[in-house]
Amino acid sequence: MSVQTHRPDELGHDYLEIRGLTVDFDGFKAIDGVDLTLLQGRLHFLIGPNGAGKTTLVDAVTGLVQGTGRASYRNQDLLSMKSHRIVRAGVGRTFQTATVFEELSVLQNLDIAGGIHRSPWGMLRARRGVPAYVEEALATIGLSHLRDRPAGVLAHGQKQWLEIGMLLVQDAKVMLLDEPVAGMSAEEREQTGELLRRIGHERTIVVIEHDMDFVRSFADVVTVMHGGTVLAEGDVATIQADPRVQEVYLGHQGTEPPEPGTTDETSGEDQHA
Amino acid sequence: MSTTTAPGRSATLLRTYAPLLAIAVLAVLLLVVAPATLSAFRLNSLGKYICWAIAAVGIGLAWGRGGMLVMGQGVFFGLGGYAMAMHLKLEAAGPEGVPDFMILYGDGTIPGFWEPFRSGPFTLVAIVVLPALAATGLGWLIFKRRVKGAYFAILTQALAVVFATLLVATIKETGGFNGLNQFTLFFGYNLYDPVNKQMVYSIAAGLLIGCLVVVWQLYRSRFGELLVATRDAEERVRFLGHDPANIKLVAFVIAAVMASIGGAMFAPIAGIISPSDVDATASIFLIAGVALGGRALLLGPALGALTVGFGRTYLSEQFPTQWTYFLGLLFVLVILLLPLGVGDLPRLVRARVGRSAA
Repeated sequence: MSVQTHRPDELGHDYLEIRGLTVDFDGFKAIDGVDLTLLQGRLHFLIGPNGAGKTTLVDAVTGLVQGTGRASYRNQDLLSMKSHRIVRAGVGRTFQTATVFEELSVLQNLDIAGGIHRSPWGMLRARRGVPAYVEEALATIGLSHLRDRPAGVLAHGQKQWLEIGMLLVQDAKVMLLDEPVAGMSAEEREQTGELLRRIGHERTIVVIEHDMDFVRSFADVVTVMHGGTVLAEGDVATIQADPRVQEVYLGHQGTEPPEPGTTDETSGEDQHA
Repeated sequence: MSTTTAPGRSATLLRTYAPLLAIAVLAVLLLVVAPATLSAFRLNSLGKYICWAIAAVGIGLAWGRGGMLVMGQGVFFGLGGYAMAMHLKLEAAGPEGVPDFMILYGDGTIPGFWEPFRSGPFTLVAIVVLPALAATGLGWLIFKRRVKGAYFAILTQALAVVFATLLVATIKETGGFNGLNQFTLFFGYNLYDPVNKQMVYSIAAGLLIGCLVVVWQLYRSRFGELLVATRDAEERVRFLGHDPANIKLVAFVIAAVMASIGGAMFAPIAGIISPSDVDATASIFLIAGVALGGRALLLGPALGALTVGFGRTYLSEQFPTQWTYFLGLLFVLVILLLPLGVGDLPRLVRARVGRSAA
């Protein structure tokens, strides 16, 4: 395995360390002993054929499915925590299908994501004005002009940005994004990539992605998963040159080889839950 | 945006406080107009509907906003009702007296759990604390196990059946099938005096208004937004860093306390509380009023409950044998044509007018 090992002094200020993660669905190992170190300030991409276990990995780290092994973040083992506690610890995620509150406005969606910073008494008060961090997130995701529109009328790409904005308001230090650019136009993908670059400096961002053009343009580190294990890890060039990676992709009909010139995405097929 | 211009600001203010204005209108109707125009008998009947309406306001919170179909609110209505009735019964019996039914059916000794209810303050505290504790324990078990939807509804309904059955079976302690009745005093005030009767009515009406103001504030609060979010996408709320179980628990407990307050006022106004006031059928009547008025609206549940109460009396006077069919028919029509309640009618009309104008 080409898992990189890091000495502590090489790591950023903040990192998520996964060791020996295994998810067992009644005898079927969807994830089998995965080691992964996710560093702050790097755009980390998780790729692999359908069924490789990418989403399951995120599910396990966010408490949606039960996993064994260890996923340490700031001296806490995420695998033993409940979903909402993991969020409060600073680890947030999005889903393949954008799940914003359609009837609430863009502003309300962002505001509601800030709830974890409020006291119970604060929750009983009505919203007055717009908190600075909500204003900031609005500007960052570029939806300021749509603040009062119901989230349900947003375009697909805008909903994904809103979800990322909600993670910003939550103050998620680790963001696990499940196919954020699926179904987006080329321009929207570009904007999303730039957005992730902007917010990625002081955060640990992990992106599950199929679109190789997008991966090539923005990935600092790529981890290739296959059959529940880590097949390879490194920068884009290293990954593309890896014969095992090529074999895995070419050996699976209907999935997309990580080669230049393929831009269509395969959203919504990589479901485990 | 809307706060930058002066007309925009006043429009926002109006939108914010219009519900409060509506509550104020209802307060005037119930506290001033009704006592001045209705006969003592009718006013007393209205008092009973108001007690149901208090419970209905809580159901609106739990079901309309929280998505929990609470089919057994009779249990909490009964907790408050029986707590109050026990106190009134002891008050009627006098300092050393024993409630009449205990002599009739039992050996004339007062069960231990009755003793604290001699105290008025204890009774008042118990009316709030008992249902809160019961709902917290129950809700904790239910919501942490992620029981929801039809299973939740059936479970709460079953509790109402169990509760009523238990009451019927304990004739020596709770009066059994007959329930508790023949109260003479209400915290020192003679209940046969029409002035005092009206005072009890006014307290109930005031409590209804108070409950409405409480849910008004809850609905406009961030908690209210979160509750609706939990109703519509429970799993998503989990990934906002909240345990949906806790959010639902708060709404469930508030609904239980409101039901209990309604029951507590029902006992002195109706002059009786019996298993048939708290059983599954009674619980469904409460739900029915909420569905009729509009479960997610601020005033819908209360107005619905008042209407159902009035309908029960009116129809049963006009058609003593067939009245339940009429009421049943009304519900079938409302559920078919106005699934969100009669209160949803203005919105539907507006939508239709808007469509034809476009």
